[in-house]
Amino acid sequence: MTTLRNQGVPDAGHAMHLLRQMVRVRRLEEKCIELYSAAKIRGFLHVYIGEEAVAAGVMEALAPEDAVVATYREHGHALLRGVSAGAILAEMYGHAEGCCRGRGGSMHLFDAATRFYGGNAIVAGGLPLAVGLALADRMAGRQQVTVCFFGEGAVAEGEFHESMNLAALWQLPVLFCCENNLYAMGTALGRSESQTDIALKAAGYEIPAWAVDGMDVLAVEEAARRAVDAVRSGGGPHFLELRTYRFRAHSMFDPELYREKSEVAQWMERDPISLLQGAMQAAGQLRDDEWAGLQADVDAEISTAVGFAENGTPEPVSELARFVYSDRPEENNSGTDISKEPTKGGAAG
Amino acid sequence: MKTTYREAMRAALRDAMQRDERVFLMGEDVGRYGGSFAVSLGLLEEFGPERIRDTPLSESGFVGAGIGAALGGMRPVVEIMTVNFSLLALDQIINNAATLLHMSGGQFNVPIVIRMTTGAGRQLGAQHSHSLEGWYAHIPGLRILAPATLADARGMLWTALQDPDPVLIFEHGSLYNVAGELDEDAGAVGIDKAAVLRQADGSGDTVTLITYGGTLPLVLEAADQLSGEGIGSDVIDLRTLRPLDTHTLLDSVARTHRAVVVDEGWRSGSISAEIAARISEQAFFDLDAPVERVCSEEVPVPYAKHLEQAALPSVTRVMAAARRAVGAGG
Ligand SMILES: Cc1ncc(C[n+]2csc(CCOP(=O)(O)OP(=O)(O)O)c2C)c(N)n1
Repeated sequence: MTTLRNQGVPDAGHAMHLLRQMVRVRRLEEKCIELYSAAKIRGFLHVYIGEEAVAAGVMEALAPEDAVVATYREHGHALLRGVSAGAILAEMYGHAEGCCRGRGGSMHLFDAATRFYGGNAIVAGGLPLAVGLALADRMAGRQQVTVCFFGEGAVAEGEFHESMNLAALWQLPVLFCCENNLYAMGTALGRSESQTDIALKAAGYEIPAWAVDGMDVLAVEEAARRAVDAVRSGGGPHFLELRTYRFRAHSMFDPELYREKSEVAQWMERDPISLLQGAMQAAGQLRDDEWAGLQADVDAEISTAVGFAENGTPEPVSELARFVYSDRPEENNSGTDISKEPTKGGAAG
Repeated sequence: MKTTYREAMRAALRDAMQRDERVFLMGEDVGRYGGSFAVSLGLLEEFGPERIRDTPLSESGFVGAGIGAALGGMRPVVEIMTVNFSLLALDQIINNAATLLHMSGGQFNVPIVIRMTTGAGRQLGAQHSHSLEGWYAHIPGLRILAPATLADARGMLWTALQDPDPVLIFEHGSLYNVAGELDEDAGAVGIDKAAVLRQADGSGDTVTLITYGGTLPLVLEAADQLSGEGIGSDVIDLRTLRPLDTHTLLDSVARTHRAVVVDEGWRSGSISAEIAARISEQAFFDLDAPVERVCSEEVPVPYAKHLEQAALPSVTRVMAAARRAVGAGG
């Protein structure tokens, strides 16, 4: 199957926008792989290549005041939520100009300005946070939605079930987006779950849930809009199972012994970027020069971002102990931390 | 005003809920049941189920939800029945609450307060009796409080809620019924400094007795009895286990030249180990004797009363340690 399931491409401007968003994520991560191979960036690096339609489609449904919680495979989510490619790359360089001043790295991107709450490297660890963010919105009477992305590996964790139950019990405004790419590192879904229909699990908690073709950005966007509207208008939590695939290894250390190359090749025929591009071309919405222009724009954005990161400054080691506790007035800081060498003396309390 | 530790805690919660509408209490059985230790009894009727929020048995889920709510601008007070059950929420407390500020480069602070009971002495067996606050005191990014007095039971919560960072409050189960006088207008107290509750007058043999939380009453009693034997003591209530107020400890040891640390946790790798290490690092030449420690025996706390009591610090053991320290024989 090499066509979009969703028939009817939207107006050319919007289709161009979606295409551009997916290409931005793809190029950013291709660059990350290059930089990793050149040892410019280190640590764990998990790329999203093949799954771009998920982040691109879901982000379209959100308002600026909504909140987003993601996992360690979150470069695309951060970028499409509005964090600049420069701030993301500078973070991976460990530079002060990074979105977390070099303390987070690839797996821990955060951005207060866009309400992007990470960047969580504990599988399922973000789900309870999303429930709490939604609880805060509900209690404060705000019409905001929290979207939580996680992989299908998370559904085996207790925190998944605790979070589904709490969100449904309290009817909280949260949209759960399970990125089902069929593998948790090397563990295929069928080898880890007795029930592999993930939407059905959510339905078991009385949460409205749909499975969506996660390679079709139009289908993702449509489902996300429907779900976000329902959540925002007081319909309680909703759940999307986005069926997708990662074309690359789990991380840069993964020799990929657990799946056949032919399986990967088959999924690559449904590359979300090619699918939309093909549909737009067939509908006469994408001329060759427009496609070339789009790619040139994105390449320019990414190379500017690399320059920004490359020219960044390392966060000074003198700042190491900052942000362990919040900055506060001197008088409250009189206690000594285990990490610090206390000086003798001082008044008895 | 005559009150109990439990009532002081409840007054603190009520006061916080009245002062700041962002404050809410969440946990297992905090509402309809009235709190498993009756701390929140009556608050549901007063504040309603949105703000006195009963949760399912989901420690990780609701502690994580509290962290999320704090990120979202609320001021949650999350109650966990006992420290043993908090282990089911360790991931959220240590991997999220304690790290988000740092990992986000200072962007996301987590103003949550997590309260739980700790400690033994009520024949509840191993899975309800442990003292693990010293473990939490190992974690940068957390502040660890152990109110031992009525004034602290009444006053620490509000200060903790003003703290922009996660604060864990450990309430020893044997303290809830402690009764005494508390000022009518008692309110918030500082949480940065240890308290010197009793000071040796300097004549004769002297020793610094260092403790916190549930063992404070027995240390005070030991100090009383020791003074009858001519041994004067400074009694220090640590109040905050992280960050530790080392200054107050060193200042006292410089005067008494001896230290006994009393901790209901196990000796190996405990907060008392940290305190003993700091004293030897920073006050070695002030010491006239090795630092003594009175801790729990290294066994899961047993059920049978005589076994349980044998496992825990006692007045007798504190006095023996103090006598050893002053060279008066154990
Ligand atoms: C609690 C926990 N256990 C194990 C790991 C190690 N780990 C990292 S990623 C991963 C697989 C997760 O798969 P999935 O949730 O499907 O997400 P995907 O990588 O496919 O996006 C595992 C087991 C972890 N990070 N956290």
